[in-house]
Amino acid sequence: MSTVTVNGTRERESLGEFLLRAPAVGPALALVVAVVVFSFATDTFFDLDNLSTVVQQSLVVGTLALGQTLIILIAGIDLSNASSMVVATLVMAKLAAAGTNGFVALVAGVVLTIVVGLFIGTLATRIKLPAFIITLGTFTGLTAVAKLIAGGQAVPVTDGLLQWLGTKRYLFGGIPITYGMTLALIMFLVVWYALTKTAWGKHVYAVGNAPESARLSGIKVNRTVLSVYLVAGLCFGIAAWQALGRTPNADPNQFQLGNLDSITAVVLGGTSLFGGRGSVLGTLFGALVVAVLRSGLTQMGVDGNYQDLATGALLIAAVVVDRIARRQQQS
Amino acid sequence: MRQRSLTALAVAAAVAVSTAGCTVERHWGGDTAKAGSGKAKVGLVTKTDTNPYFVELRNAAAKAAKANGAEFSALAGQFDGDNDGQVRAIENLMQQGVNTILITPSSSTGVLKAIQDARDAGILVIALDTATEPADAVDATFATDNFAAGEQEGAYVKAALVGADPKLLMVDGTAGASVDTQRHGGFLKGMGLEDGAPQIKGHTNANGDQSLAQQGMENLLQRTTDLNAIYSMNEPMGRGAHAALKARGLTGQVVLGSIDGGCEGVQNVKSGQLAVTVMQFPRKMAEQGVLAAVDYAKTGKKPSGFVNTGSTTITDKPLPGVESKDTAWGLQNCWGGTE
Repeated sequence: MSTVTVNGTRERESLGEFLLRAPAVGPALALVVAVVVFSFATDTFFDLDNLSTVVQQSLVVGTLALGQTLIILIAGIDLSNASSMVVATLVMAKLAAAGTNGFVALVAGVVLTIVVGLFIGTLATRIKLPAFIITLGTFTGLTAVAKLIAGGQAVPVTDGLLQWLGTKRYLFGGIPITYGMTLALIMFLVVWYALTKTAWGKHVYAVGNAPESARLSGIKVNRTVLSVYLVAGLCFGIAAWQALGRTPNADPNQFQLGNLDSITAVVLGGTSLFGGRGSVLGTLFGALVVAVLRSGLTQMGVDGNYQDLATGALLIAAVVVDRIARRQQQS
Repeated sequence: MRQRSLTALAVAAAVAVSTAGCTVERHWGGDTAKAGSGKAKVGLVTKTDTNPYFVELRNAAAKAAKANGAEFSALAGQFDGDNDGQVRAIENLMQQGVNTILITPSSSTGVLKAIQDARDAGILVIALDTATEPADAVDATFATDNFAAGEQEGAYVKAALVGADPKLLMVDGTAGASVDTQRHGGFLKGMGLEDGAPQIKGHTNANGDQSLAQQGMENLLQRTTDLNAIYSMNEPMGRGAHAALKARGLTGQVVLGSIDGGCEGVQNVKSGQLAVTVMQFPRKMAEQGVLAAVDYAKTGKKPSGFVNTGSTTITDKPLPGVESKDTAWGLQNCWGGTE
């Protein structure tokens, strides 16, 4: 691929090593290939409005996946992120419907998802329960809470602020950009900066790679883990805001597979499920790849079941690449 | 320390398992109340307990049971398509000794064995809302004729096109589900089209989810905006389709039809988001089901066959040759209101 300098001598770097050093490159390539293929396969895909729509379609899952990336980087997992988000949309919608100020309703929803993060993080650090088990419990519980709050009714949202991320838009070089897209981009940039340029980011990777070594080198492991769940909770609260911007209707039956969709985006983005390796840029590409596949295949007239089949195949391919890259690194 | 964390893990796992699915005690042949003994014990199994449609069905059944002095308990699957949850619900009701089970089967074939077990134990089983395949797997079915409902939607959309050649996009529900298949087929018959006809410009499956319907429609509209008719299988998906049309400024040129008759859906017709919806009557299904149960408990007489509880076209723009009611009537008769 490219050359790197090792011990003063230039050696050729293998594909695996390259992918390991830059895990976002694979998904970025997949995204470019998908966009190019669909642009040629249909006359309708390559269109600025459509590209904008595809990004908007991936916003909710993308924002969920941003938080999920942080959690998976520390070798955790969150099965309850989408249910926590759905509860937050219902809380926001119910409060707004009862006449509460939109900003207060928004804050209440976001605080709720952060509290859920605090709960999961506390169990994970204090009692050392596996994240899988904790979040399996919170997933089931929160799904029930959502249905109880809704009482069998979807709650329509008319509050301007709660819909703001979907309704407000401007043109950038001819491309319609919603405020939701802008906010998501800012969030990805902030988290990317925090992960790559700050001590906190280095701690997150270290904890994910080898928690015991991290502890011995003086990193406060528990505090790092807890902070990750809190930041992720914030992401899930904002995902709820994004969801109301897309569909101004809080419905407990929406996003039932949102948790798995977010994990799909993270894994497609090249982040390892074993922790310590990956990037939020990869996740951004991973979320976009899924939306591009759906949009392009629909425009080609491909049946929905085949679309799921394609997504599944891509997911397995991504894990295979991750495995091969790791093996090459070890040998 | 290690011991403690293991114990905690075991406790957590037990909690997770017990909340994820109810545990089933398997003692067969409990004291099922005998037919003819007079006291009706009615169990209702719905697809979920959260959809407003099934909430209406459950509330109406509970009310009818109370009015007729019958014992009543309601159970549900956890999500649409949760056959296993429904089988457990049937087993639990048998355990409670009910003499009638009213069920909206998640799939037309997935719960047949459990239904057979219940019938073998002398329990009257009536399918509400969704027929089983074969239909005689239950004693009787009280339901909307979904094919007819789809046909009504199609007939209205066709009439609204006033002779223009249809250019149709279809928002389907869950691929392969019987209600979906029947409404889809009925709609095409009402339109005078066949599956695969060139007038059908595309279709998407949205599993009844509004946000998925919106996404699917956005993608289809990218393929073509030269259209004049949209089928949606239910109202949440109709709302999703409308959102996608509105973003493109296409609502004026398209006749968007739906089925269900929920109060929110009737409001959507009133505000012009939907041109038409076809109302079904869950309350009637539930009431008639409970009355049949009471009758069975008293006399041992079982109902049989398919009882159509009817469907009514709701629109504020009536068209010649299509029988319809307006939204004022619709709002008085809709289900899932906030009362």
